[in-house]
Amino acid sequence: MKKIIPINRMTLCQRLRNYLHSPLSFLIFLLVTLAALFSVFILLFLVVYILIMGIPHLTPELFAFKYDSDNVSMFPAIITTVQTVILSLLIAAPLGIGCAIYLTEYAKKSNRLVPIIRLTAETLSGIPSIVYGLFGMLFFVTALHWGFSLLAGVCTLSIMVLPVVMRSTEEALLSVPDAYREASFGLGAGRLHTILKVVLPSAVPGILAGMILAIGRIIGETAALIYTAGTVAQIPKDVFQSGRTLAIHMYALSNEGLHVGEAYATAVVLLLTVLLINTFASVIAKKIAKV
Amino acid sequence: MRNRFDHELDLLGNEMIEMGALIETAIGDAVRALCQQDAALAQRAIEFDAQIDEKERDIERRCLRLLLSQQPVANDLRMISSALKMITDMERIGDHAADISELTMRLLGQDYTPALRHIPQMAEATIKMVKESVDAYVQKNQQLAEAVIAYDDVVDDLFDRVKFELIDTLRQNTGDGELSIDLLLVAKYFERIGDHAVNIAEWVIFSITGLHKDRRII
Amino acid sequence: MKKFSIENLDLYYGAFHALKNVNLDIDETCITAFIGPSGCGKSTLLKTLNRMNDLVEGCKITGRVLLDGEDIYYNYDVNLLRKNVGMVFQKPNPFPMSVYDNIAYGPRTHGIHSKAKLDEIVERSLRQAAIFDEVKDRLKKSALGLSGGQQQRLCIARALAVSPQVLLMDEPTSALDPISTSKIEDLVQELKKYYTIVIVTHNMQQATRISDKTAFFLLGEVVEYDSTENLFSMPQDKRTEDYITGRFG
Repeated sequence: MKKIIPINRMTLCQRLRNYLHSPLSFLIFLLVTLAALFSVFILLFLVVYILIMGIPHLTPELFAFKYDSDNVSMFPAIITTVQTVILSLLIAAPLGIGCAIYLTEYAKKSNRLVPIIRLTAETLSGIPSIVYGLFGMLFFVTALHWGFSLLAGVCTLSIMVLPVVMRSTEEALLSVPDAYREASFGLGAGRLHTILKVVLPSAVPGILAGMILAIGRIIGETAALIYTAGTVAQIPKDVFQSGRTLAIHMYALSNEGLHVGEAYATAVVLLLTVLLINTFASVIAKKIAKV
Repeated sequence: MRNRFDHELDLLGNEMIEMGALIETAIGDAVRALCQQDAALAQRAIEFDAQIDEKERDIERRCLRLLLSQQPVANDLRMISSALKMITDMERIGDHAADISELTMRLLGQDYTPALRHIPQMAEATIKMVKESVDAYVQKNQQLAEAVIAYDDVVDDLFDRVKFELIDTLRQNTGDGELSIDLLLVAKYFERIGDHAVNIAEWVIFSITGLHKDRRII
Repeated sequence: MKKFSIENLDLYYGAFHALKNVNLDIDETCITAFIGPSGCGKSTLLKTLNRMNDLVEGCKITGRVLLDGEDIYYNYDVNLLRKNVGMVFQKPNPFPMSVYDNIAYGPRTHGIHSKAKLDEIVERSLRQAAIFDEVKDRLKKSALGLSGGQQQRLCIARALAVSPQVLLMDEPTSALDPISTSKIEDLVQELKKYYTIVIVTHNMQQATRISDKTAFFLLGEVVEYDSTENLFSMPQDKRTEDYITGRFG
């Protein structure tokens, strides 16, 4: 093999010498590098800290079927979290995706409803979650007499993540090239056929990204749930029973101050769950995007 | 790649061969009418020129259409532009063949056959030149084209011989002066046909090498 | 035989008068080229032939367009029209699916689901578009992995798969290299035996190479419409002459 000596490669020494002429660029270079390193450091520090504090408390008993004051098992919370996520998405996803399809595929650009819907969605996504919680308590819990229940929590969360689902789906649909639609129409396919067979499949990765974002918000949410789904540590047998998600479980434990170690253990589980969902979703998205 | 264009170029080659064949026939008929003193054949040979002109028009049309529609470059451009130049010379050869037949008509009734001598040989030589120059074009054969150019010396030699023989006859006062001049004209036409064949061969060489008389013109 | 008959067609994009009183007949199994400078309305007219302009907001059309004597803007099923009048776009736009699914998309849309029938259609279309040999081993692979020229021929095959009568081509080679371009030009000339082809091109040489008739457009008007040979050798209108000889403006 002939050894290749590239002439377009700068050694560190050369680069530093270049910076001698412009100290300001060197300063900027230094600052941005530091910023990058610092951000990574904070994140790593957080994760490592949680792992160190949490893993020693991650005992098998913590995954016992029942919660009692001696053994603060997080198992019911895990199940409740899963239930909450699934139910919320069942409500928010069809609504959000449907709305996005209407906005991008059906509504004419001159339609006056479109900017109103967009404005509403944007406003909704800017509202603090405690406000949603308050609304949920007043409307679902009190006015509809659902009490502190899974259903009230799920409904509140659905409203909360609706703008997220909608906006990301809309972005995903908008990023589908018009050329695909033209090609489909050009072959004599109708609008519905085009949306189902061409537009939606190519938008799946983007839509999934929105779902992940929504799941992230649901899993991490506390403020909107405390006053709607309540904090009872049990597996809700039906949607009118109260239940606590992992985040609330953690909040409750650290609030009581008696089981701080177990709270960290819960944080570890939360962290792993989010990581798992992310990997899972990106694998699916890749699979779908491949063909 | 450009199958259609290649096909069109093949058709052009075929037409060139056809036109070459027409000219060979014209020269052959002219010399036969001359030798056999065949008035009808001479008359037909004169009328045959119209067919050659028609062929020239066809090829012209095809070349212009190709220039218009295909914007040929490189080898294709040289092939087509050479064809355009070649057919002019080929058409001239056809004219000369007709001219010979017209002379034949004038000579009818005179006993000139003993004086012909080398003229049939000239006809044979020019037919060979025309045929080979067109073959060289279609086959893109440079050596063959160069051979055609070299072969012109044979025709020129024959012409000189015919000329000196006629001069001798006139000196000895043994022959008819007008007849000798007419025969000299016939020989001259064959000599011109040879020159036109050389011109054709030179354009053939241009179509192959891009050099016309050893010089670049583009 | 007339395939399309365009009568007194006017087209407006909002206030912009994009096509002005166009009258044009398009012959069957013949290649008709539309040439002219950018924005002269040639693509716009092409898109009125399969009503792709319907998708453009603020586009108003008056006049008549007849396909085999039937007004395509009056009581005509748009999806059926687009099946009969296929389109190939400027940029190759295969769907992000496998080669096979790309071709089968059209037939499936129109209700063909039998595997055997689809297989047959896919192979026939790919062969017609002179690309079968290049893709036969990768029918199940993504169409996006093909080269630009192959993608464009795939798009032609996709258009052929629904057995159209007319093929509209909107600058089909402007995004391709010369080799792919001449492949497509050869292909188009093969296809003219079976289909009526209308091609918009910026490339006048392309128009002379492949088309039988040419229409020259300027500022929304058809300036001259004649056989390609006549139009390019003896244009009747000064503006045509100026444009095709590059002395425009």
